[in-house]
Amino acid sequence: MRRALFESFTQRPLTEPPPKPDAAGLAELAQSVNRAARARLGRSLSIRQVDAGSCNGCELEIHALNNAFYDLERFGFHFVASPRHADVLMVTGPVTKNMREALLRTYNATPDPKWVIAVGGCAADGGLFAASYAVIGGVKDVVPVDLTIPGCPPSPKALLAGLLALLQKAA
Amino acid sequence: MNPTRTVVNEQGWGEAIDRLVGGSAALFGLWGDAPNVHMALLDESTGNIAVLTYACTDGKYPSVGAKHAPALRLERAIRDLFKLDAVGSPDTRPWLDHGVWDGGQRAPYIFLPTEGEGLHQIPVGPVHAGIIEPGHFRFTANGEHVVRLEQRLGYVHKGIESLMTDATLDNAAKLAARTSGDSTVAYSFAFAQAAEAALQLTAPPRAAYLRALMAEIERLANHFGDIGAICNDASFAMMHAQCGILRERILRAAEACFGHRLMMDAIVPRGVARDIAAEGIAQMQALLTEIRRGFPRLIELYDNTASLQDRTVGTGVLRPAYARQFGAGGYIGRASGRDFDARRTPGYAPYHDLAFEVPVLSAGDVNARVWIRIHEIEQSLALIDQILNRLPAGTIRTDVEPKGEVCEGLGLAEAFRGDVLVWLRLDGKGRVERCHLRDASWFQWPLLETAIEGNIVADFPICNKSFNCTYSGHDL
Repeated sequence: MRRALFESFTQRPLTEPPPKPDAAGLAELAQSVNRAARARLGRSLSIRQVDAGSCNGCELEIHALNNAFYDLERFGFHFVASPRHADVLMVTGPVTKNMREALLRTYNATPDPKWVIAVGGCAADGGLFAASYAVIGGVKDVVPVDLTIPGCPPSPKALLAGLLALLQKAA
Repeated sequence: MNPTRTVVNEQGWGEAIDRLVGGSAALFGLWGDAPNVHMALLDESTGNIAVLTYACTDGKYPSVGAKHAPALRLERAIRDLFKLDAVGSPDTRPWLDHGVWDGGQRAPYIFLPTEGEGLHQIPVGPVHAGIIEPGHFRFTANGEHVVRLEQRLGYVHKGIESLMTDATLDNAAKLAARTSGDSTVAYSFAFAQAAEAALQLTAPPRAAYLRALMAEIERLANHFGDIGAICNDASFAMMHAQCGILRERILRAAEACFGHRLMMDAIVPRGVARDIAAEGIAQMQALLTEIRRGFPRLIELYDNTASLQDRTVGTGVLRPAYARQFGAGGYIGRASGRDFDARRTPGYAPYHDLAFEVPVLSAGDVNARVWIRIHEIEQSLALIDQILNRLPAGTIRTDVEPKGEVCEGLGLAEAFRGDVLVWLRLDGKGRVERCHLRDASWFQWPLLETAIEGNIVADFPICNKSFNCTYSGHDL
């Protein structure tokens, strides 16, 4: 272990420069981020991820945000365990009827000001599952959505660009 | 693969149940197809798969779960989705149906009773602390020790099988690819094989090799991700970071080769959607070299860190007898002595042409499950070598029209977490009449309940991660 730790002092970091904030995201966010929120939060945002019915593909790419290449925490974002600690809900999946109540409760447990990001094609409008008897639809059909990041699943780079758009507006 | 489906009467159904109870066959699937119920059995010594059909009268069939516990949840799911009743089942509670599909109120769920002095309950989920899928765990504990865990799943039920009904083959393949995102390649692989068995055609050799390449890349990515995550659950962040780097490199190589990090929709019925990119082979070979250089040091780190071993050795033991009874697939079964891998038995193209070993251990603890994955990484690296060296030339897709008659097929693929079974019936126009997808987790989830018994609550995350059952693939 010691050898590996020492080596990391001599090697260049793997972390890559960030992508540009997502332009479409900036426009979508214009309405929802006001001055009061900016003053209160500064440049640090806590994220609570909620799987409302996803296939788990989006979760894998959200996980990747924490790896050495994307290193999300350098921007002041971090994932938290409780919605009570969160500023941002990242919601994935078509919202299933069986998860509707859990999503609502999580949303209600998140203190204001808060933002909801719908992650992935299913979260946008239910995707391939929209017509199912067991699915309500997109996230916006259950809670208000401030930003949508498309993709199936969105790449970590796309996720990062969306989050940076939020940061630019909020901070 | 196209095993003959046999229609049986009550006696034949009963004989099959006796075989399951006697252990000469493992339950491989049980699904509704109103007004019928189908049961798949696996003879583990020969790899033969049999599918039996029982025609229900008044929506009733004799319960398999009454005598063979692994069938219980499958029967509850059949009841929820097809309104067919398993007569004699000791557990008739709903499973996937939470009472809200037709706009009703969530029905209260009765957990199994626990009695004893000083017991308390800890409800966890469906929304968990990490970035994971939703499910509810009800722990009954005495102080720190778990006395009973009961799972409540179904939260991510999306009605996939119902959406597949009447879908075109292409649309159904897309749904199959989104059944469990971490196993998207394996699901597409199994679905494509089922469709090809039904249409009686074979994917070209080059397509078969490319499918196996994708399947092994997917296995590598998941094993690296999970080994890191298991160590992270023991607060050993360095393994997590190092394994995360390897996982990311693999996903990037997958994107360079096949245009998508998770290789979603890359395998389609009749072949593969796209050929490997021209520079992909060199890039993949460079990646193998890098993994071979870096991974042995990580294995050494895992093996020589006492604080980590303290958390994984002897934790979450799954007894071999349970693994056998439930026909547990994947590293869960193989870490508890069940020597089964669908790539070898019954096997499918192109694995018959490739040399690989199936690692088996018998300790059944978290450590054994980690070691199985380490050995499987080594095997997958060797398999990718063979595939790249022998990649046949030729087309990647066959064009065959539907036969114009109703046809059935069965597909099987070894996902990273175990065997995925797909059973498919097509109508004369090549549309899906009925498709059933059975994840290995149906037989793994219940075993997590036994593996956690007697462990402390704080060890649940590491036990759960070492199983890493799918929620979405199970809830469908």
